[in-house]
Amino acid sequence: MALLDLKEVTMRFGGLTAVNSFNLNLEKGELVGLIGPNGAGKTTVFNIITGVYRPTAGKVYLADEDITGFRPDVITKRGIARTFQNIRLFGSLTVLDNVLVAQHLRLGASPLEAVLGLGRYWGQEAKMHERALELLAAVELEAVANEQATSLPYGQQRRLEIARALATEPKVLLLDEPAAGMNPAETVDLMDFIQRIRREFGLTILLIEHQMRVVMGICERIIVLDYGQTIAEGPPAVIQRDSKVITAYLGVSADA
Amino acid sequence: MDRNNNLLYTLIAVLVLAVVLAWAQTGLFGLVSPWNPYTVRIMNLCAINIGLGLALNLVNGFTGQFSLGHAGFMAVGAYTVALLVMSPAAKQMNFFMVPLVAPLDKIQVPFLVGIIMAGLLAALFGLLVGAPVLRLKGDYLAIATLGFAEIIRVVIVNVKGLTNGALGLKSIPGHTNLWWTAAYAALTVLLMVRLVNSSYGRALKAIREDEIAAEAMGINVFYHKMLAFVLAAFLAGVGGGLQASLIGSIDPAMYKLPLTFQILLMVVLGGMGSITGTVIAATIVTALMEILRFVESPLTLGAIHLPGIPGMRMVVFSLLLIVVTLFYNRGLMGDKEFSWDLLHSRRQTKQGVTQ
Ligand SMILES: Nc1ncnc2c1ncn2[C@@H]1O[C@H](COP(=O)(O)OP(=O)(O)OP(=O)(O)O)[C@@H](O)[C@H]1O
Ligand SMILES: [Mg+2]
Repeated sequence: MALLDLKEVTMRFGGLTAVNSFNLNLEKGELVGLIGPNGAGKTTVFNIITGVYRPTAGKVYLADEDITGFRPDVITKRGIARTFQNIRLFGSLTVLDNVLVAQHLRLGASPLEAVLGLGRYWGQEAKMHERALELLAAVELEAVANEQATSLPYGQQRRLEIARALATEPKVLLLDEPAAGMNPAETVDLMDFIQRIRREFGLTILLIEHQMRVVMGICERIIVLDYGQTIAEGPPAVIQRDSKVITAYLGVSADA
Repeated sequence: MDRNNNLLYTLIAVLVLAVVLAWAQTGLFGLVSPWNPYTVRIMNLCAINIGLGLALNLVNGFTGQFSLGHAGFMAVGAYTVALLVMSPAAKQMNFFMVPLVAPLDKIQVPFLVGIIMAGLLAALFGLLVGAPVLRLKGDYLAIATLGFAEIIRVVIVNVKGLTNGALGLKSIPGHTNLWWTAAYAALTVLLMVRLVNSSYGRALKAIREDEIAAEAMGINVFYHKMLAFVLAAFLAGVGGGLQASLIGSIDPAMYKLPLTFQILLMVVLGGMGSITGTVIAATIVTALMEILRFVESPLTLGAIHLPGIPGMRMVVFSLLLIVVTLFYNRGLMGDKEFSWDLLHSRRQTKQGVTQ
């Protein structure tokens, strides 16, 4: 029934178990937070969902289809998009081109049609441009559309990564520490922004975030990982008072 | 408005070029060509190298996959053209040690058919080579493509009944002229401009920038690398075929790493990922290649007597490469392109977002 379903997913790197029997049920429209100390295995969960890693054990289902072991591009076509913890834009391309690239997966025209500029291609290209500009407007980057992606300040690069992910037309959006490196004002904007795109695009969102203010502020449900294991799960108010969570955080880092 | 002007400029430029070519190739309005055959030959080589350089730039510059297999695909094209367009009599003269296998010994096709077959066969080799090696990255890809080019060459040396082995092939009909080479260069430029600026071109550049992110954006990375690689092989095959018919004789020793290096030099000098850069650098390097022939012949400067040193030209080019990469570390053009707007930069206001 769940839109995204992870069943007993385990990921081992040599002797290290980065994720251990992890379960996740994302219902359509939910906004769920994934938190945990450094090295807890959060990004690894994203890499498993998006096909970057094939899990050592366990299954991933999207709308009841087993997508375990699918190639990353196939999974994106099925409707899962992500952003990266350490921003991975197409650096020397323009802001606009970054968003256009992310629509390439829905292009029907063949390379020959594209090169010869046949009717179908131009129609599709024009639509892609229109859509890209809409998305850039939605993340307030239309003014810098022709700038090189790496020339943007950090906060704008993070927003561009989200716009690029949205351009793939996802059902599920995975955000890996979108507030990292943002100042408090930018962070508040980001929280509004995430809630807005969730409504506008009918998204289901899984959010990794270290800034507790963000997670506690916008997530309905939070999952806490520690050493690859789920140690707590529930609404923010419950998680904040959970003794295991407090120990895990105080034991490893104090930035919570 | 600007767009129409630019189109007009382009048309005029193409027309001027066509007139110059016609003049050089056949003479114009009863005027005989003032260009001696040697100059025309260099112009032909320039045009061929523009096409070859662009093909390599597609893979190495635009897609970011460092391939060193160009000479192998050129060899496939060269031998295909030679074996298809030579007359049965000429073939018999060539294959005096081991006879040419049937039915190739009897076949003779028009040049255009031979050139297209050269491209297609090279593309087929590109497909076969690309399937395993394009899964590799960086240095490994470079070494694997180099290895495959060398395998193609060794096969040519040894399959004497098909290729005449190390003896090579002589008296290949000289169909190549400025019309063929200019058409090859022009069509390759056109193809590259259209491809690189299309959605597929953006996908190739995305793969160059960040393969993991490209995959995460739903791009089938292997398919797109293959697309670039096979297209480049096709163009290298056509270029190799034109070159064979221009030079008139080929042998396997021509298709070693130095040939790939020479084309790579043009791509790097011009700028990886710049069509304009490759066109300019291919022209300059090809012309210099000829002009600098004297550095390889014995020189007498007053009392100093220098013996001829073969390979000195490559030393000069390697020095040039070092100097250019030191001062313009991304080649002459970087990844910029020529546009008419650059010429009258006054009009170059900051463009808005109107597509
Ligand atoms: N490809 C890999 N090979 C080996 N070990 C890995 C690999 N990827 C992740 N790990 C290890 O798995 C563990 C979990 O890493 P992961 O990146 O998922 O943590 P995280 O929760 O995202 O941490 P952070 O908050 O620092 O981003 C770490 O110990 C990490 O070193
Ligand atoms: Mg992480």
